[in-house]
Amino acid sequence: MENGFLFQAMIYLSAAIVCVPIAKKLGMGSVLGYLLAGMLIGPFVLGFIGEEGEDILHFAEFGVVMMLFLIGLELEPAKLWSMRKMISRVGLSQVLLTTFLFFVVLLALGQDWRQALAISCSLALSSTAIVLQSLGEKNQLNSTAGQNSFAVLLMQDIVVIPILALLPLLAASGAMVSEEALHSPISQFSALVQTLFVFGAVIFIIIAGKYLLVPLLRLIAKTRLRELFVGSALLIIVGIAFLMEFVGLSPALGAFLGGVVLANSEFKHELESDLEPFKGLLLGLFFIAVGASINFGLIRENFLLLVAATLSVLLLKSILLFGIGKYNKMGTDQNLTFSLGLSQVGEFAFVTFSFATQLSIIPPSTTEFLMAITALSMACTPILLLIREKWILPRIGTREKASREQDYMHEKNKVILAGFSHYGSTVGRFLRANGIQATILDFDSDRVDLLRKMGFEVYYGDVTRLDLLEMAGAKDASIFISAIEDPETNLRLVRLLKKHFPHLELMMRAQNRADAYEMIELDVAHIYRQHLESAVRMGRDVLIKLGFRAFTVHRLAQNFINYDEDSLKELVKVKDDKNAYISTIRRTISMQEDLLKSELHRRFSLNDHAWDASSIKEGLKENKE
Amino acid sequence: MKNILVIMAHPKFEHSRIMKGMVDEIQDMPNVTIRDLYELYPDFNVQVQEEQELLLLADVLVWLHPVYWYSSPPLLKQWIDLVLEFNWAYGPRGTYLKGKTAFSAISTGGNDAAYSANGKRGHGLTQFLLPFKQTATLCGMNYLPPFHIGGSHELAAQKLKQETGLFKSLLEFLTQNRDFSGLHQFPKLNQ
Repeated sequence: MENGFLFQAMIYLSAAIVCVPIAKKLGMGSVLGYLLAGMLIGPFVLGFIGEEGEDILHFAEFGVVMMLFLIGLELEPAKLWSMRKMISRVGLSQVLLTTFLFFVVLLALGQDWRQALAISCSLALSSTAIVLQSLGEKNQLNSTAGQNSFAVLLMQDIVVIPILALLPLLAASGAMVSEEALHSPISQFSALVQTLFVFGAVIFIIIAGKYLLVPLLRLIAKTRLRELFVGSALLIIVGIAFLMEFVGLSPALGAFLGGVVLANSEFKHELESDLEPFKGLLLGLFFIAVGASINFGLIRENFLLLVAATLSVLLLKSILLFGIGKYNKMGTDQNLTFSLGLSQVGEFAFVTFSFATQLSIIPPSTTEFLMAITALSMACTPILLLIREKWILPRIGTREKASREQDYMHEKNKVILAGFSHYGSTVGRFLRANGIQATILDFDSDRVDLLRKMGFEVYYGDVTRLDLLEMAGAKDASIFISAIEDPETNLRLVRLLKKHFPHLELMMRAQNRADAYEMIELDVAHIYRQHLESAVRMGRDVLIKLGFRAFTVHRLAQNFINYDEDSLKELVKVKDDKNAYISTIRRTISMQEDLLKSELHRRFSLNDHAWDASSIKEGLKENKE
Repeated sequence: MKNILVIMAHPKFEHSRIMKGMVDEIQDMPNVTIRDLYELYPDFNVQVQEEQELLLLADVLVWLHPVYWYSSPPLLKQWIDLVLEFNWAYGPRGTYLKGKTAFSAISTGGNDAAYSANGKRGHGLTQFLLPFKQTATLCGMNYLPPFHIGGSHELAAQKLKQETGLFKSLLEFLTQNRDFSGLHQFPKLNQ
């Protein structure tokens, strides 16, 4: 069989493209689709990929790192700090209680205590990739269940460090460990120096994130080369992952930290939208690899035993989680999502099991068995969540109202303001002066920087990109203001918004009449020609200087603006017949000609009888005659 | 069915209690059109033609407003100044409002007792509202006694609900009856 890179890539991608849409169509979520794809192309069904599945698994774990970076980006430090209780209470109790429970069960089954401890530690962990991907797909990340699941997963990522440190201690005294296999390059140093390295690395990420990465990104942003920005985003994550592995911390944890540090920067949305596809593909690859690594041969031989073991692991974990959820006052609906979602054994178990085998804590045959349980339990999770959604929930009928989940939603701004030039900043300042904080998008990184220093919430990015609009919360916003100068950008923006976010109320800046016409044709109701009001105000002041009474002129100015806007709507109807093929400049001139002609026959001041006795006098005279 | 046009003026409607209660009661009634002047014309630039067209369609005109310094808020006066044009609303050819009915629906800080000849304000409400009555009369309209909710600062929620309910039933009566001789049975329209 051809094993070239292109062939492999083709197999993986086509398996994903075939299986994922089918799984989604059946309402199973993409995770199960990827897993099925993996099983299909794996050594036991079609046999397209063999042992190399394992290597791919390690490579694809980078997707998990990326996912945690993205999650970190969503979580500002203040928010993380507010979650500290949940992380320590829910997270730690899950890890400790589950480990203890499995330990007791395994001891009761007659295992050696060292083996029992190593296995139970690994079984306690859950799969970050599967849980977060499934929850994210169902928009559950901000629900109670989502938040608690996240807290548990975060704590598990932290716990990985002591577990890895613990395993060598469990090794039977004779067994020597191949150093580089299990530990970082710094493991030859004393414990104190290692600890210093660890803390140093964490502090380095925090400081570098703030004072090195942000200026760097700003510099890159100025080049306006998108691929360079994507490249630097990838570099950040690879760099963090490398540093973390170097000091022996979990790369995912480091990436998460890096994300949190950058969560407050103006590049948040840009980073998110750039990394999202990479994350998605790598995670998909990861799930495929998990699917492919399921050893159906072993399952066939020990079918009953394996199924029984997997089910009991799932059952024990979810019962315990349900108890924890109950103790923390979760509703049944949320609690089921929480407990079933976290019930699998995580990808990290692959690492600990093989590590423990190297340390001769667990015999290889047991390891193979345990790995099969892990993969099976992972494959079960999407199915369990599906069962929860389709069969259990309708029966218990305690679905909480949507309003409760709203509490956990990010606070989304109701107004999005695109373009923060002089025009946009005036709009933004006025809104902010009245307590309305708009989400601001701008393309000029220098300006973004300046405004952020002034305390505005401004994000950097090209507003005509759909993913950026989505990230800025266009789905939840009610009003979209465009203060962008360029007419072409505005028109593209209108089309994009009308297509994807038809609920948004659009308020558009226009350069002139010609722009306004095009927007009227796109059915934009609120168009603001940038020069209209200030020009009329200037004319008003000229009239006052010439001796007109201010209030009269003020009313004339108001009427003129009304007339001008009405005539715009009238003229747009006839515009195209006459002017379809002439150049913009000539069109503008002919438009002005039309306007001037029609105004010749209209004396604005005569239309206004208010407080004007002359008409009364005339009327009375007429009456006498 | 008769058409009722309510011209409502409150410069800070979002903080009002009485006006809001009254508007809430009547806003879904068929045949009732409410013009929220301060929302329509924040720059006082009342659109004369539009307002006149609505007036033409109406059988009953209600000026709904709180009383400030014994008169209406300025935008209602602006409306009267601009919309009731010579030779349209009055004057030799100003016959468009003739035969229609008008009245004021108002709220005051002082209670009912204050607005009586012997009360704190020293005059009855109809005396204070004389300019409105004369305006209606000059336009050939039949001016009814005012609907009045007094003591607006101390009115309990329950009492308020009761009084705004009265306002609603008054408007219902006006949409359904051609002759207003039954009006005296409305406790609030009796001065």
